[in-house]
Amino acid sequence: MDLKSWTLLFVGFTFTLYLFIAWRSRVRDTSGFYVAGRGVPAAANGMATAADWMSAASFLSMAGLISIMGYSGCVYLMGWTGGYVLLALLLAPYLRKSGNYTVPDFVGDRYDSNVARMVAVVCAIFVSFTYVAGQMRGVGIVFSRFLEVDINVGVLIGMAIVFVYATLGGMKGITWTQVAQYWVIITAFLIPAVAISIKLTGHAMPQIGMGSELLGGTATLLDKLDQIQSDLGFGSYTEPFIGAMWDKTNVFCTALALMAGTAGLPHVIVRFYTVKNVRAARWSAFWALLFISILYLTAPATAAFARYYMIDSLDGKSAQELPGWFEGWEKTNLIIWLDDGDGRVQYRGANPKDGRENEIFRRGKLEGAEVAAIREGHNEWLASGGPENSPAAQGADGRAVLRDLKLSGPDRDIIVLASPEMAELSTWIIALVAAGGLAAALSTASGLLLVISSSVAHDVYYKVVNPQATERQRLRVGRIVIGFAVVIAGLFGIFPPGFVSQVVAFAFGLAAASFFPALVLGIFSRRVGTVPAVAGMICGIGFTASYIIGSVYGGMDAWCFGIGAQGIGVVGMVINFAVTISLMPFCPAPPARVQALLDDIRSPEAEDA
Amino acid sequence: MRYWRANAVFMAVLLTVWAVVGLGCGVLFADSLNGMTVGGFPLGFWFAQQGSIISFVLLIFVYALGMNWLDRRYRDDAESDGE
Repeated sequence: MDLKSWTLLFVGFTFTLYLFIAWRSRVRDTSGFYVAGRGVPAAANGMATAADWMSAASFLSMAGLISIMGYSGCVYLMGWTGGYVLLALLLAPYLRKSGNYTVPDFVGDRYDSNVARMVAVVCAIFVSFTYVAGQMRGVGIVFSRFLEVDINVGVLIGMAIVFVYATLGGMKGITWTQVAQYWVIITAFLIPAVAISIKLTGHAMPQIGMGSELLGGTATLLDKLDQIQSDLGFGSYTEPFIGAMWDKTNVFCTALALMAGTAGLPHVIVRFYTVKNVRAARWSAFWALLFISILYLTAPATAAFARYYMIDSLDGKSAQELPGWFEGWEKTNLIIWLDDGDGRVQYRGANPKDGRENEIFRRGKLEGAEVAAIREGHNEWLASGGPENSPAAQGADGRAVLRDLKLSGPDRDIIVLASPEMAELSTWIIALVAAGGLAAALSTASGLLLVISSSVAHDVYYKVVNPQATERQRLRVGRIVIGFAVVIAGLFGIFPPGFVSQVVAFAFGLAAASFFPALVLGIFSRRVGTVPAVAGMICGIGFTASYIIGSVYGGMDAWCFGIGAQGIGVVGMVINFAVTISLMPFCPAPPARVQALLDDIRSPEAEDA
Repeated sequence: MRYWRANAVFMAVLLTVWAVVGLGCGVLFADSLNGMTVGGFPLGFWFAQQGSIISFVLLIFVYALGMNWLDRRYRDDAESDGE
């Protein structure tokens, strides 16, 4: 069977499985719809949380990012796991004990104000939509690469699947589907990683293989990688704080912003509402991070292997010697080779020791026709004498064109997508990776859509607009909202707004600067009232948003201690804490109703809960 | 409120470990730790990409065990005090 048939088989099988699970777990009440009837066992909730958390970006792009960033890739690894420690210790058990359905629900009750509730709803919806748009796009990309259908058709298929299982089963359907999706994701990620580890180092554990000697060589993988990288001008792989972008301040702030942001993301927090009691919420945080860490401990190994393998199999090779996967991915223009006329690939970084120019590029946002035009110009330039004959040569040096567009090096998504081919695995494993990418995107999308639905149907409709609504009305509104949300998310996937890819990273900064301090202070301080909390949220999010917009679009200097847009959420968070705490003594303390709520979440849970 | 105080102290200890291992060994001292090599890894690099994650998992494990024990202990106290 060829790749396309295998992919169809795997995708068809997994999609049928998801729909079957959804049918089995369809629900009839709001508790089932919002929090899966609070009956999810801790370990299952851990798996669902892990699948919810591991998005198309973690699955497809993270290993590639680390591969290119080397040491600095740790900001994602640490940021997206360390946040769970904050979540487990500072938030999850208390929020579960409060017995609410959503994050805005807790904010509204704790600060005893519908204004605070609405601010939280807006934040939750904004964060969720920016995030979900990327997921739907991811579904479309996987479909188009592996099944050769149009990206938009892929998005529509993804929408239809999510629509069915999210409206039928709500949180319950989503949870059990995510449990299945977790296993698809992790199998698809581990098999190529183990295979490539055995191939390069002979160790089956990628985490050990990464530190081991290369087969048939005398140096360890990391030593060898450091040496090649410096020779070719990429900078050492393991050495920290290379370049101004990732100096110590920025690595520190970005990691911390991602951690606090993770702890403040509503679609992750809401998962802890689905378990039976506080004890289960604590265990479920442990299971979640354990299951997540399996992927996050493997990704850096895949990154290092793929980095070594990619340089080793490309640099200095002639067209005949290039590996098979190169040709397949060159067709998609995710990797582009523009030769200087010597017939051999030179893959180089910014300042290589031999001073030769890089010849490996990617398409970025260029259309196929634009890439073809650049290739044509480049060939014309070569044919008319190229470097020796310039400036009289015809055409244009494509390497200079792409370098100026900042498109040096292959597309980072190739690292994971091509890793089975790099390890020379059979086609069915490549198809499994496609199914894994889809599972990662769908599981995250469905979790986010539920947050949007519950924020609108529970916090806006039931708590503010129509408090007399019956169970049936609330359920109907929840289903209608989720349907609308799927359609909007799909539209974002088909017509991606240019800012989305950047905004997703910044969603963390915004969550760190808004939700995180409000929730932590709401639990750990009895004194903080409504006004200081709302003022803190507004100052934190206002500062962070304007700094990000200013530095990304306005060309503003990084005037705040040299911190880039990715790490500025930390400063926003500090501002939020500072504003709230300094206003606190001048504003009234929360009323007795809120004090009773705090007494309750601060005492040990009763035996039978 | 002895329960709440015990809870807060326990949490503060764990968060200190979290900060020292993750942000300390992984970022702040990474350059000096990289001078040492353990099992083929420069140590700072290992903490940043492997050690920190392993320690995070262990921290939540210890927290869940410890807090559930605290819950049980203070629940029993509260019940015997109340009678």
